[in-house]
Amino acid sequence: MSNEPVNSGRRKFLTLTTGVVGGVGAAAVAVPFVKSWSPSEKAKAAGAPVSVNIDKIQPGQLIRVEWRGKPVWVVSRTDKVIEELPKIDNQLRDPASEEPQQPDYATNELRSIKPELFVAVGICTHLGCSPTYLPDTFGEQVEGVESGFFCPCHGSKFDMAGRVFQNVPAPLNLVIPPHHYVSDTTILIGLDKGDA
Amino acid sequence: MLKKLVMDGIDWIDARIPMTDTWNKHLAQYPTPVNFNFWYFFGSLAMLVLVNQILTGIWLTMHYNPSAEGAFASIEYIMRDVPYGWLLRYMHSTGASAFFVVIYLHMFRGLIYGSYQKPRELIWIFGMLIFLVLMAEAFMGYLLPWGQMSFWGAQVIISLFGAIPVIGDDLTLWIRGDYVISGATLNRFFALHVVALPLALVALVFLHIVALHEVGSNNPDGVEIKQKKGTASEEAKGKFTFHQQYSGKKDIIDAVPFHPYFTVKDIMGVSAFLICFAAVIFFIPEGGGFFLEPPNFEAANGLKTPDHIAPVWYYTPYYAILRAIPDKLIGVVFFGGSIAILFLLPWLDRCKVKSIRYRSWKHKLNITQFTICFIVLGVLGALPATPLYTIIAQVASVGYFGFFIALFVYSKNEKTKPLPTRLTH
Repeated sequence: MSNEPVNSGRRKFLTLTTGVVGGVGAAAVAVPFVKSWSPSEKAKAAGAPVSVNIDKIQPGQLIRVEWRGKPVWVVSRTDKVIEELPKIDNQLRDPASEEPQQPDYATNELRSIKPELFVAVGICTHLGCSPTYLPDTFGEQVEGVESGFFCPCHGSKFDMAGRVFQNVPAPLNLVIPPHHYVSDTTILIGLDKGDA
Repeated sequence: MLKKLVMDGIDWIDARIPMTDTWNKHLAQYPTPVNFNFWYFFGSLAMLVLVNQILTGIWLTMHYNPSAEGAFASIEYIMRDVPYGWLLRYMHSTGASAFFVVIYLHMFRGLIYGSYQKPRELIWIFGMLIFLVLMAEAFMGYLLPWGQMSFWGAQVIISLFGAIPVIGDDLTLWIRGDYVISGATLNRFFALHVVALPLALVALVFLHIVALHEVGSNNPDGVEIKQKKGTASEEAKGKFTFHQQYSGKKDIIDAVPFHPYFTVKDIMGVSAFLICFAAVIFFIPEGGGFFLEPPNFEAANGLKTPDHIAPVWYYTPYYAILRAIPDKLIGVVFFGGSIAILFLLPWLDRCKVKSIRYRSWKHKLNITQFTICFIVLGVLGALPATPLYTIIAQVASVGYFGFFIALFVYSKNEKTKPLPTRLTH
């Protein structure tokens, strides 16, 4: 033990630097704990794009495929449905798709690349339930509209372009996933055109 | 001879760890107000249920398989093949509901007798943290059977975090550990449910009781049993010896030691509680669909949503508030706010008088309307939302939050009745 007087300036400096270095170390140690909660490589691999063959789809038919564990719908819209869609704009929350719920190439009247084929994630934008496709009986939910999607959980309603009706709990239109046509008969879901 | 051996043994321990002193300080010489009534059973009952949950939980873990592939089947295995597995599981699932029953009554006691007021703010805060951890614990436990309600309930609740602007989507992805609820979510919820949250719960219960014993228990009159040293009469102080920790600096009046007086009284409460608890376990273990919901008898299916989703009964009041608001983000804000505002209760109530017995008619009316609104919200949250129910839920939500606003306003200059100088009994 030395009998010299305490150098409090040096002591403060050492306490501070020790604290800072220790704090940085603690923060660094937190990284693996926090990061380990992110999706694993296996989960990411399961999130890989899915290719859908639409060669045999019938008018009015809905094909359900699984992408990242979620239901993705490919719906063949009839000419009549396409004709009717612009007429119900005044009953919708976001008829012009101003909210970014779709890629740029689907930001159009019909929310699709091709008018007759509609691709969407079949998950309600309210709290994540999967709506039911009502090809003929949607009129019971919205008068005068023959087909659409109805969510059984909290009663949200969507039209045949996945646009949400007014006065339902869902705030947004259905999500359109990134997708593109690899050929006339194949859609690749999960990737934009040009992305490898 | 034997007695001497025991006494020597105790002395040996006391010289090394303060066993007798701790026993006296917290049980045999802990001063408890003499006028405790029915409402004071629920603290000890909550401890009993906690022990039940931990014990049955450990035993269930021995047979449960925490994986998306095996979870549902392992619950069936526990129910059908494990000896007494059905009993252990029903004790655990009924225990979860019982926990909330006693905790809600325990909180209500605190509310009516002003037990959250100065100097007991920290007891209330620790209690609220226990309540919060308990809700997380129950929510994560509900995912483990991996039934349809487990899956879609978790889907809806985790989606709530998605309403947070900017970080919402990334946050939900991080919580799930996958793009949907999956085995990754199940395994982390299992780890939190059986290790992390129970540890937090036990630590918080410890702090809750340490804080309680530091300031002493409140009572139905809301007047303190500790007086300035040397001011109390011998008659008021009574014939009991209390630990120096309490009687050293203050005169203790109208009190009896916790042990044996309230340990014995609590055994009465425990007996009554166990009769009800056993009746549910043996005769209505599913609680009429409220403790265990029908869709949960079907394995989780990520592509098909059940027709009607409702949370378990203890979450329904807050869920009704969430649903009553027609905007997703604002709904989530009020949902969180309905719990958060309870933390502020000690500072929202500015009245110096604690017990409802001596407070104004305004306070009695306010607590009554709050209780009614809370129950109405609880009932509505379990029912499908119809336009009429939504309007009722909106009115009740106003009543819920109105309680706190009104309390803050009138409690500043409240017209109260004179307080007694001694406990009434």
